[in-house]
Amino acid sequence: MTLTSPNPNLAEPAIPGWQRTLRKLLQPVILLGPSGLWLLLLLVFPTLLILELSLIPGARLGNPPGPYGIGNYIEIFKPVYLQVIWRSLYFALGTTLFCLLLGFPVAYWIALKAPSRWRNLLLVGFILPLWTSSLLRAYAWITILRPSGLLNSLLGFFGLPGQEWLNRTPAVFIGMTYSYLPYMVLILYASLEKLDRRLLEAASDLGATQQQSFWRVTVPQTMPGIAAGGLLVLIATLGDFAVPELLGGASSMTVSRLIYNQFLGATRNWGLGSSISMILILGVSISIALLLKYGDRDAI
Amino acid sequence: MSQTVIQQDVAETDTMFDVELRKVFKVYNGETAVRNIDLNIRQGEFFSILGPSGCGKTTTLRMIAGFEEPTGGEVLIRGQSMANVPPYKRPVNTVFQSYALFGHMSVWDNVAFGLRLKDCPKSELQQRVGESLELVKMDSLARRFPAQLSGGQQQRVALARALVNRPTVVLLDEPLGALDLKLRKEMQLELTTLHRDLGVTFVMVTHDQEEALSLSDRIAVMNIGKIEQIGTPTEIYEQPCTAFIADFIGDTNLMPAELATLQGETVEATTRSGLKIWVKPQALFKENPTREVLVSIRPEKIQLGSTDSSEIANRYDGTLKHVMYLGNHTHYQVELPSGDVITVFQTNRSSEQLKPGMPIQIYWSASDSLALPV
Repeated sequence: MTLTSPNPNLAEPAIPGWQRTLRKLLQPVILLGPSGLWLLLLLVFPTLLILELSLIPGARLGNPPGPYGIGNYIEIFKPVYLQVIWRSLYFALGTTLFCLLLGFPVAYWIALKAPSRWRNLLLVGFILPLWTSSLLRAYAWITILRPSGLLNSLLGFFGLPGQEWLNRTPAVFIGMTYSYLPYMVLILYASLEKLDRRLLEAASDLGATQQQSFWRVTVPQTMPGIAAGGLLVLIATLGDFAVPELLGGASSMTVSRLIYNQFLGATRNWGLGSSISMILILGVSISIALLLKYGDRDAI
Repeated sequence: MSQTVIQQDVAETDTMFDVELRKVFKVYNGETAVRNIDLNIRQGEFFSILGPSGCGKTTTLRMIAGFEEPTGGEVLIRGQSMANVPPYKRPVNTVFQSYALFGHMSVWDNVAFGLRLKDCPKSELQQRVGESLELVKMDSLARRFPAQLSGGQQQRVALARALVNRPTVVLLDEPLGALDLKLRKEMQLELTTLHRDLGVTFVMVTHDQEEALSLSDRIAVMNIGKIEQIGTPTEIYEQPCTAFIADFIGDTNLMPAELATLQGETVEATTRSGLKIWVKPQALFKENPTREVLVSIRPEKIQLGSTDSSEIANRYDGTLKHVMYLGNHTHYQVELPSGDVITVFQTNRSSEQLKPGMPIQIYWSASDSLALPV
């Protein structure tokens, strides 16, 4: 009798087989149910709704009748719309490139050269702007770039003529690069920080100068991080609305603005807006698939 | 002892050195990792730096490779000072402990890395990379990537990648540390074959005394940043200069003792427990008599049983305390009346079974007991 378990509660009561099976079936429902329902209501259902709208103009949403069938998708190929899509891609790819070119040296320096106790502080410094609203940051840029703004005052100080900055392509690139640079730096940092320094020693041992080991070892070794950062910025910029809208003006209409116009603007063509949305969703989905396949998952 | 030192000096004057360390000193964040090391490594030699972890052996190797600059002193390779010479300009190549293969390159590209940097002509590159891979028997796996290779195969690629550049000196940092025992034995054999066939100077860092003894022409034993002894494997094992070496390399019975005055070739030492042991003191004690010593007797030099030989100075009666059977040999622990416990190793020649508790006699000659500085 002295050998009995000190805590009788530890002894598990026998559970009938059917009950165990039921548990196994219920477990995923209980654990995944709430978030699944959330996703279903706010992501899957609206997406299906947009798909329906793009193909079948329904009276139930009260939209004015438009072309039927895949006509909405054919409509996209009109030069007016293609130009907008092309411009969006141009902004997104350009911003990604600028973020990469500006972000890599920064991430490289923080990860490999900066004193280790400064690293976290430097990173926080980079993330800090992300804590303010992107709208607010766009407005901040307006005050800098407007005709009587900070940039032109600075140019005037050096005796240079002021420029028209706002509502032009450079302003969009400046604003978007500024907005997404921290993400790029963070992801590249995570990737560079993992880089095995011994590989750099090995390269140096085999006769590589610093520059040679950078191009032959560091860059290829951090390619997954570069892919992750690039795709993430691409995905974010493709759908960006606020920055191009506020800094680029009417002449810099992007896909997001076009969609907005179709639903809430003067044109009011819900069918076309939905088909363009579907194209945008497709583009972003492909980017996400690429990101998951080639991107550095730890860095994300 | 003094004799061997003189012989070394004679040999050193007419041999060219591949690596020379002169009063090399290294301080890391206020802590001294390497203290005033002097080292001369001959051309074509298989030289090992042996020591426990943290003794400064890897730091020493890294200073030869150029990854660390000495705080003081000088490193020379083939007579050339390496001060301010970056690693990529040194005529040495390293086989890293972790192999440090480039994961984004195939085996072939890993090996070709060094030659491509030197703008080696394509036909020569093809030939040399092919030869190097053949040398380490990896030619059939040239298209694989490092992640698809076993530890032993990665080790071979790392070796080929270093050898293909035809360096003056190959530096090996614990090259076999990550391999399992059987593979390690296999690679040890291949390393010696490679060294013999290529005639290149090998400098290996290891904490494995057996590996150092079996592979090296000469060994430097390091402890807390200093070199305690440099010598051939036999010298290091048979005539250790310090108690640390006697204890670190192989096994030994170490007993603090006090020396009496020298009588002829031998001298009597008395341990703290009162045991009297005849020892053959080394030259060190003849020149500079110290009385406090550590007596070191290798367990395999001690015999079990009785002897009539008058040459055997040390004979004791004792009791067998422990017997540990290890297949090809047996470890015995014998307790002497003085209370000292002596470890004895015997190869298993007969199937005679000795049982703990049995009375037993042990003996060894005076020349097998060394007196070492405390």
